[in-house]
Order: sequence, then C-alpha cells, then structure tokens
Amino acid sequence: MPEPWKAVESLSYEEAYAELEQLVQRLESGQQSLEEAIRLFERGQALIRHCQALLDQAELRVRELGPSAALEDESPEEEAPL
Amino acid sequence: MALEQLDLFPRTALSVSALTQYLRTLLESDDLLQDVWVQGEISNLSRPTSGHIYFTLKDEYAALRCVIWRAQAQRLRVALQNGLAIEAHGYISLYERDGQYQLYVDALRLAGEGLLFQEFLRLKARLEAEGLFEPTRKRPIPAFPQRIGLVTSPTGAALQDMLNIIRQRYPLVEIVLAPVSVQGEEAASEVVRAIADLNQRERPSLIIVARGGGSLEDLWAFNDERVVRAIAASQAPIITGIGHETDFTLADFAADLRAPTPSAAAMLATPDGAELQHKVRQLERRLASALEARVQEEKHRLLLLRQRLERASPLRRVREDRQRLDYLSTWAAHHITSALRLRRLHLQGLQARLESLNPRAVLARGYAILQRPDGQTVQRVHQAAAGEILHAHLADGYLSTRVESLHPHPPPPPEGGTHA
Repeated sequence: MPEPWKAVESLSYEEAYAELEQLVQRLESGQQSLEEAIRLFERGQALIRHCQALLDQAELRVRELGPSAALEDESPEEEAPL
Repeated sequence: MALEQLDLFPRTALSVSALTQYLRTLLESDDLLQDVWVQGEISNLSRPTSGHIYFTLKDEYAALRCVIWRAQAQRLRVALQNGLAIEAHGYISLYERDGQYQLYVDALRLAGEGLLFQEFLRLKARLEAEGLFEPTRKRPIPAFPQRIGLVTSPTGAALQDMLNIIRQRYPLVEIVLAPVSVQGEEAASEVVRAIADLNQRERPSLIIVARGGGSLEDLWAFNDERVVRAIAASQAPIITGIGHETDFTLADFAADLRAPTPSAAAMLATPDGAELQHKVRQLERRLASALEARVQEEKHRLLLLRQRLERASPLRRVREDRQRLDYLSTWAAHHITSALRLRRLHLQGLQARLESLNPRAVLARGYAILQRPDGQTVQRVHQAAAGEILHAHLADGYLSTRVESLHPHPPPPPEGGTHA
C-alpha cells in the first residue's frame, strides 16, 4: 500500500531534501514494484523542483524580536552607540 | 664626633662616575627592579626622530622617567598620549650622564587590563572546573537552520556583514534579530535576556552571538559570568563571533561553536546555497538513473520469463523432435557413405588382383600365347603338329605362323616359338 505523502509545497527545504535523499536511496535499492518505482520517481521529481524553486526564489526574511514583557518591566534604556 | 672621625680617618673620595657605576650595578643586581610592572599616568611624552620614546610615568606623589627603545616602540599596540593611565613593564637602570634612574620599558598595557586579565583567568578557571566548557556539552550545529536568532548590535557593521553572507549563502532561513548593546554597563544583561527571549519565543534552530572587534574592555561583556551561563544554558545551539581572530572571550569557550569573526559565524551557521544546488542536481541524476536501472531490470526479467515460457511451450517439443530427426538422418547418411567407401575399396583391391591375372598384361611384357585358329591354346609341344597354322597372340594383335617341327625336351625350346 503506498504511504500517504505530504503536499510537496508544504515541505521546508530541509524536509524536502531529506525525503528526496531517502527516496533516491530506496529507489536505488530496487526493492519495490515497477509501479511503485515510477511513483517514487515522480515524487522525487516533484521534490527536486520544489528544492530548486526554494533555493532560486528565496528572499531572506529578517525581523526584529519584539520587546518581551520582562523587558518592559524594567526601565528601557538607550542602546549604547557603537 | 662624626666629623672628628672623618678628620681622623679621611677616605679617598669616589668620582661621580665611580659612584654612579656603583649605583647602577646595585640597581641592576636587584631581581625586583629587573622585572617589574609599574602603573601610572603618562606625562612629558616625547617622540624624537630617533624613534625612541621618552615619557614620565607619574601618580599623585611621584614620577618615574621611562624610555622605550625604537625596536620596542615599533611593536606597541597602545597609542600613547599624555594623561593615559598605563601599566609598563621593564627594568630599572641608571642613565649615567644625567644621574637619573629610569624604567626601560619593553611592554605596555592599558591600566586595568592586567587586573581584568587576572579576573578573566580566575573566572575561566572557576567555570571550567564547573564543566561549563566541556567539549561533551557542545551540541551539533544543524545543517539546515530554519530560523537563526541574531544577538548583536542593530547598528554595528557586524550585523550587515552577517546578513549579507546569510543572504548570499542560504536565503531560505528566517532571521530574528535580538538587538542588544554589545558594550557598556547594560550589555551583559541585555545579551542574557536576548538569549532567553529568543529561546522562549522563537525556538530558533541556532543563535549567533556576535560583536565586531574592540579592545579587551570593549569585549568585556562577553566575559561576564551571566553571559557565559546564559550561553551554556541556551536550548538552541550557539555560535559566537566576537571580536577578531585573536580575541577569545569566555562566551567563546561556552559556545557550541566559536567563530573567529561575526562573518565567519554567519558562514558556519548556514549551508552554502551553491553546494545545495549541486547536491540537488546530483540527486536528480541518481533518481533518473535509479529508475532507468529499474526499467532495465524489468526488461531483463521479462526476457528471462519469455525464454522460460518458450522452453515450456509445445512448439518446442515439435522443434526438438525435428532436430532429433535431423540428427538421425545426418547420422544415417554418414554411415551409408562410409559403408559405400569401404566396398569401393574392396572392389579396387579385387580389380588390382584381377588385373595382375590378366593375360594381356603378360603379353605386354613380351610373352606370346599360341592358339589354334579355333581358339584352343597350345600349352604342350605335342598339342601341335608340324605344318599346322598357329596364331601367336601378342599385346597388339597376332601373327599367323606355321609349325616347322616339334622339339620336345631335352633341347630347350625357343621361347614360345615366336620365330615367324
């Protein structure tokens, strides 16, 4: 019975890459039926497209940690200029 | 009394030089004075073109003349100026021309640095004994961080350097900046709080604690015991990038990974995007060839099955029978021809023997056969009569001859009587 797969788009790069690596190894071991092998191959291709898209399109997201409750309790001080 | 004694036993006066030399020997034979640290404030700083440096070190109550020879002066890392509180190391000797003792300086540090360093060593020893710096405590840095907490000054160049490097290498990651002051009174407590807040609220894959280069005092917040403990206690692994290559802070010792600079910390925190692309392409090739191999294997299996099927098929039986038949008929044909050949050989033998018996062959050797005209062969003398006509058969015909007379033995007969 084929295991259910998560939608490729929902995977982080790390997850997609790890799954891809595992999948290639499985396929290389050649233990599955041909039909299953083709299914794995197609999944692998989707994972590759996803990984490449992630790498190509990524824009670094930078945000600032908001002030914590603890911080607000104390007297906020100006940061020393460098 | 003393004066009287002087008068009574006048001693030879020492020359100024002799006395000065004596004093110099005295000073130079004192262990403390030959290896001493002196603390004071710089005044009368003078840098003549010779390259040597002269100044006076003074405090509230006293002053000390100091010299730094050019060779040492060139290696100074502290910028000297009047009023600067320093600690100088060297030996005390006497400048004979002026009758001045002075400190010949070979090392300098800012006042307080020595104390700070002592404190640094004490704290390091204590935390080390506690096991805070144990290599076994170090956690691995995740290969693919999803979120990186940055604890650094929001205005420093270090932040921009790190962001540039991360953007270039691995833009997939999310950066959460926890802005802190990295020097001054508040620095240590802000760093401690930033580490705690990041861990609690963001659960980052890892945290970078970074600060650009500075003096030992500037970096002091990262030797603060609270900061060291916060780093050791952090749930997320921590990479430090504090100061320059040569700067080591206690925070560095407690970190899971120490980078020599903030930029290096950013590199160590992220995988290289180009390398990732390469790896994905490699996997792509492996994926394709794995399927290709699978299909080939399937084809091969199919081929084998077909062969087995064919072996089991009734058609094959028919073919096999036919083959046996072919074999048999070839075998039979072979046997027949060899039997024939044998017979032919026999026949040839017989023919040769027959040939040897052929009377014509005898005639060819020069003999003749006598026959009466009726065909009866004459073998004995008395079978013929005088005057009788006999045919003398030779190889190529016969001669008709007449018998003249009969001569039985003893006279030896002329052979065959071939006289015509």
